[in-house]
Amino acid sequence: MTSARSNLMRRGTAASVALLVLFLAAWQCGPALLGIPHFIVPPASMVFKEFLRMLAVNHLLFHTGVTAAEVVCGFVLGSLLGAASGYLLGMSPVAEFALSPYILALQIAPKVAFAPLFILWMGYTVYPKILVATLIVFFPVMVNVMTALRGTDPDLINLARSFTASRAQIFWKIEFPSSMPPLFASLRIGATLAVVGVVVGELVGGNSGLGFLLTFGEGQANTPMVFVCILMLTAIGGIAYVSVVALEQQVLHYMPARPLGGL
Amino acid sequence: MRFPEARGGGVTAIEDVSFSVADGEVVALIGPSGCGKSTLLNIAAGLQPPTSGQALVDGEPVEGPNAHVAFMLQKDLLLPWRTVAENVMLGAEIQGERRSECLRRAGELLCAFHLADFADRYPHQLSGGMRQRVALARTLAVNPSVLLLDEPFSAVDAQTRIVLQRDLAQTLERAEKTALLITHDLHEAVILSDRVLVMSRRPGRIVEEITIEAGHRSDPYLRRQDGKIGDYVSRLMQRLEIAPPPPPQAAAYRQ
Repeated sequence: MTSARSNLMRRGTAASVALLVLFLAAWQCGPALLGIPHFIVPPASMVFKEFLRMLAVNHLLFHTGVTAAEVVCGFVLGSLLGAASGYLLGMSPVAEFALSPYILALQIAPKVAFAPLFILWMGYTVYPKILVATLIVFFPVMVNVMTALRGTDPDLINLARSFTASRAQIFWKIEFPSSMPPLFASLRIGATLAVVGVVVGELVGGNSGLGFLLTFGEGQANTPMVFVCILMLTAIGGIAYVSVVALEQQVLHYMPARPLGGL
Repeated sequence: MRFPEARGGGVTAIEDVSFSVADGEVVALIGPSGCGKSTLLNIAAGLQPPTSGQALVDGEPVEGPNAHVAFMLQKDLLLPWRTVAENVMLGAEIQGERRSECLRRAGELLCAFHLADFADRYPHQLSGGMRQRVALARTLAVNPSVLLLDEPFSAVDAQTRIVLQRDLAQTLERAEKTALLITHDLHEAVILSDRVLVMSRRPGRIVEEITIEAGHRSDPYLRRQDGKIGDYVSRLMQRLEIAPPPPPQAAAYRQ
């Protein structure tokens, strides 16, 4: 069993690396072979050269840092507020019933459309970007937590009740721990959505962050620069996602092991 | 314990049910599915108030969950985030026992159920039979005077069930517990109990009461060998109308 799994992992990793090499080779040679001009799809080496140039000239690391910090702030705020509201609403069916049409309306409203509004309110600072990310992370977390609380096995609650548990004990010993897997599922989604929120905020207005560099590169018709920004944004999202997964494995250590380390 | 009548969502689940269980007695309750057996148990556990009537434990009316009564269901209901020992401690912990006392009790019970080596494992690492034994240990850890068992072994395989029945029988005898056992397994009802109550279809009523006059209640192996067990089981089958009708018609056909 273990050797079968390690065998699977070894072969899977080899195939992944081979695919990456193949992809980079196709990216490098493909555009020239197909006659695609550089300003449409620049080859890999050109993007890498642009990456080095941006490091030196465009403060790439500074902008990446700004975006990353906004992502972290938006994600943490959004998930804390989302989880808190989810627990409160999940425990109070009356509040949930009363608020559900408004929650639904807010959930349907495209959150990124709020970006210009927030910039009107708060100017070209980092705050509107954080706020868009907070808003976009908030809903999946809240809905997942609320659904998890409502879906707690009633027999588990009866078990605790039969042991004369108080409402608080039922929450801390049964409901809260059993909401952990759905909470983490929503945090994974939130980690990637936070990047979307921040970038949209930066695209709409401001003079820092990768979103700003994206519009700057677009304005100059500098396609390699746009590619670099997309890659850096993907890296931020990837690191955020992997961090959530690592935390999840610490918290949910009691779950049966999953292949690929739970990714 | 005295039992009442309960009405849930417009359906009368049980009606006019009244019986009592003496201290240290084990009473089995059988009946067709949906006859309100579980409703009865929920009322006794104080999880659900009856529409009319009352349940008494030690002469006091049950007005909500209380520490003298513990129940165990077909589902083991182990918490996946707690180790085996922590699961056993759940009830005692909720009732505010000191942690050292909880740990001591859990350790003792796990030893008694041959689970001491698994104290620090998580439920998903255990087999179904072991999980059910952990659930039984958790029920006993609060030291209840009355055990309510709702089909506790119906989800485990036949061989494991035999072992678990012995564990339960020995524990009940040793600790002199009073128990009400709901089961679908007529054999189980007869070998584990002092008395079997048969309920009718909904609305559930008690239609028959059979006192099991066989020894060895603490040893299901020995009791199984008692010749009277088969008679009791066929009597129950007839009462529940699941046995084939007795054969006078066959004689008539031959004529």
